[in-house]
Amino acid sequence: MSSETNGAAERFAIGISFGNSSSSIARLNPEGKAEVIANEEGDRQIPTALSYIDGEEYHGTQAKAQLIRNSQNTVAYFRDYLGKDFKSIDATPCHNSAHPQQHEDTVAFTIRDTTSETPSTVTVSEIATRHLRRLKQSASDYLGKEVNAAVITVPTDFNDAQREALIASANAAGLEVLQLIHEPVAAVLAYDARPEAVVTDKLTVVADLGGTRSDASVIACRGGMYTILATAHDYELGGATLDKIVIDHFAKEFIKKHKTDPRENARGLAKLKLEGEATKRALSLGTNATLSIESLTDGIDYGSTINRTRYELLSGKVFAQFTGLIEQVVKKAGLDVLDIDEVIFAGGTSHTPKIAQLARNIFSEKTAILAPSTFTAAINPSELAPRGAAIQASLIQEFDKEDIEQSIHPVVTATPHLQNAIGVEVTSGDAVDFKALLHVETALPARRLAQFAAPKEGGDVLIRVCEGAREIKVTKPEPKPKEEKTEADEDDSDFSDSDDEEEETREIVWKTEKPIAELAVKGVKAGSKVELMIHVDADLGLQITAREVGGQSAVRGAVEAPKA
Amino acid sequence: MTSVQTFNVALPALPSGWSAEKDFKAVGTLSGATQRNLEAVGPFFLAHARRKRHGRTFSEDERIQAQQNVKKTEEDDLGEISEPEDNMLLAREAKDWKSQDHYQVLGLTKYRWRATPEQIKRAHRKKVLRHHPDKKAALGDRDENDQFFKCIQKAHEVLSDPVKRRQFDSVDEAAEVEPPSKKEASKNFYKLWRKVFISEGRFSNIQPVPELGDENSTQEEVENFYNFWYNFDSWRTFEYLDEDVPDDNESRDQKRHVEKKNANARRKRKTEDTARLRHLVDDCAAGDERIKKFRKAARADKDKKRLEREAEAKRLLEEKEKARQEEEQRKKDAEEAAKAEREQNKKAKEAAKNAAKKNKRVLKGSVKDVNYFDDAPSAAQVDSVLADVDLVISKIDAEELAGLAGRLTAAGKDGAAVKAVYTEEVQRLVGAGKLKEGEAKFFA
Repeated sequence: MSSETNGAAERFAIGISFGNSSSSIARLNPEGKAEVIANEEGDRQIPTALSYIDGEEYHGTQAKAQLIRNSQNTVAYFRDYLGKDFKSIDATPCHNSAHPQQHEDTVAFTIRDTTSETPSTVTVSEIATRHLRRLKQSASDYLGKEVNAAVITVPTDFNDAQREALIASANAAGLEVLQLIHEPVAAVLAYDARPEAVVTDKLTVVADLGGTRSDASVIACRGGMYTILATAHDYELGGATLDKIVIDHFAKEFIKKHKTDPRENARGLAKLKLEGEATKRALSLGTNATLSIESLTDGIDYGSTINRTRYELLSGKVFAQFTGLIEQVVKKAGLDVLDIDEVIFAGGTSHTPKIAQLARNIFSEKTAILAPSTFTAAINPSELAPRGAAIQASLIQEFDKEDIEQSIHPVVTATPHLQNAIGVEVTSGDAVDFKALLHVETALPARRLAQFAAPKEGGDVLIRVCEGAREIKVTKPEPKPKEEKTEADEDDSDFSDSDDEEEETREIVWKTEKPIAELAVKGVKAGSKVELMIHVDADLGLQITAREVGGQSAVRGAVEAPKA
Repeated sequence: MTSVQTFNVALPALPSGWSAEKDFKAVGTLSGATQRNLEAVGPFFLAHARRKRHGRTFSEDERIQAQQNVKKTEEDDLGEISEPEDNMLLAREAKDWKSQDHYQVLGLTKYRWRATPEQIKRAHRKKVLRHHPDKKAALGDRDENDQFFKCIQKAHEVLSDPVKRRQFDSVDEAAEVEPPSKKEASKNFYKLWRKVFISEGRFSNIQPVPELGDENSTQEEVENFYNFWYNFDSWRTFEYLDEDVPDDNESRDQKRHVEKKNANARRKRKTEDTARLRHLVDDCAAGDERIKKFRKAARADKDKKRLEREAEAKRLLEEKEKARQEEEQRKKDAEEAAKAEREQNKKAKEAAKNAAKKNKRVLKGSVKDVNYFDDAPSAAQVDSVLADVDLVISKIDAEELAGLAGRLTAAGKDGAAVKAVYTEEVQRLVGAGKLKEGEAKFFA
């Protein structure tokens, strides 16, 4: 990148994912790989919780454990309250910890955070500052160098007030916020920054299934640039919903044995919640998980096991909600599941194997489902956001503040996107087919290079550049329904597909809509290739160049921009 | 860079009858575009932002980026080492490594203590590639002499180990810069001394070392510089010059003796070095025009103050003197005035006295002139007249006396008139209560 070293060089930036239930910190290691940093307790997913006993501050897992004994002085799930007024917040997640209260025009918590007996009122911004300060400290300790800047991920529905509040909190914690980036985009970036990844044009669905809320978004990746096409949020659905199922299951079992409901006792419920969550996590990895709690209620020790099948049966409805959210967002973007090239599962709940398997069934077999249970090389879903943030941090940490501001200014980000795909007509056998070079929603200006085979016998070829439209062709089941494949993609016919009882086959068919230009490349040798370059300006003007690979002369032409 | 998409499908053959100017035909235009917000994330977005902000096209941006990358590698190459090797150097024996100039062996004489570990590594690699015995053998050199290669290895061993390198740097005479003589320094003080201090500064534990500066440096800078050098914290050691310690168990005493000798020698050299440096800084300070300048300025300042103070004192003294003189003058004047007045008074008194005497004489004369109011006055009458005249005189004041004398003179020798004047006077005096009735016997 740029070699400026004035002032900006002293920056030492990390990526922070500041979640409602847990946060993570990451930084690019010297090999250029994003690495999630463990805090002093060894946690990579640090619970977003702070707890106070006698003026001493506990953070992360330690604070979360305090939810049982010291719930009144423990603050958790506060991220979504940042920058909001009391009327518009949902206080349900805080049922079991310090309750949010109205304080002037923000939200605050009344906790005993000092040695004195009288509780003090701490605003959510101050809590966030303390949390970020602890994260910063953990990162500084791990890296052995003072961290002073960060890229922080935020949900796509964070409004300006929330962003400002977050930036203010981070600044108060001694962190310069280089940029706030959207969580789903960070996840895509984390995948695309893998060394083996190739930049392709694709449509990605990011399912961010968190602890207390779930978000899904459709992102168009065009030449490495990302555009969010649609988002969907469910503020009630999350890991906590699944925890509840596990808790209810064990509670019922307990009632059967001991005739008391452990959920009626606040401490019992807190214990069940903590252990239930751990059990649910264990079920994502193994097929069996145990739960054992000492003195759950009335001094009774409780221990039991649950297997994955049982869990999946119980959670069937909730799982359907997750997949429903994904389907909903695809629909919202005006797309079909067939259009989706990739589904990225992010967030802690994405570890649950069944959700990814259900998603597998929704999408076609050429869609890659990037979740631990369906894709062996998948990145830990919990680490996607911090990694993406760390990658972005490394990219911009040497920039001047002004440079960053200018780069993320709406003047730069607001760009025209193609309405129709641009491609070339080709012959496959006898039929005339369409090959898209620039897909729909490609940010302009854009440039694409492509090579086509010449006809076997060589000679003169015609390149007809035109706009194309995709249509979904529905065919009733034939004896051999799975044969046609339009795109020459890698063949990964999944055997699970044959189990599906689909009545019809749906496929994408491209149709040429509107011819744009015609070019002739003459005297092409047999077996050689023709290279075509299309450059589309921001005003929709085109420059087209075609030539034989290795050839001297090129055919060049420009198509003027349409009159407004 | 844009990657090339490859399609394994054939393009259609040109239909017969198709023709266009320059083989290109624009048929239509694109349908519209939607405005959307790009996510400001990722390297490709940053490239896009760069293009958009600087108004570059794809190819321009690629070219500029490529140029920047090229520049970087060129800068790296700038540190490339290639120095000629003379035969003397090539003929060195590895056993004399103590006296060998390691930097020269690696071809780093340009850099010496400034050479980075990276440069040393590369220089070593380059030398090894050229002088490796296997390479020589491959070139058909029958010569089995690999002494210079060993020298290279030794040089690398010393220079790649930070501790050994410091030891060597400490005694690397070729890196020393001789302090300029007074005559030289007088002409080119800053240029010559700067080199010396940069060279000496390599031994400093505290980096960065303050610069000598130039004639425009501030007093603070200069003071800072000399303070630094007078309190110089040096890592310079003299282990490299140690005598070899015999390494057999036989002569333990001998070993200890040599070790002790070495330790002493090191200490001595260190002390000498410290003294040398001090002397050097003294020399520099002595020739430093800036110090003189500052001193002069300080002195001028002091002088100015002193002069001011003196002038002020003088002025005060003068004022005092003046005041005193004025006071004296005033006193003198007053005295003189008083004296004059006194004299005047005296004169007036005397005049009055004389006048009174004269008037008394007139008074007494007047009665005598009229022959005591008798043609043949008896002694008793004369006495009584005179007694009355005396009484009048004693009771009367100067002015009345003058008036009386006047009137008597006017009466002249007329006895009755004189008597009337007297009688009137006595009566007036009686009226004024100064004389008792019957006291004046004659002029009753």
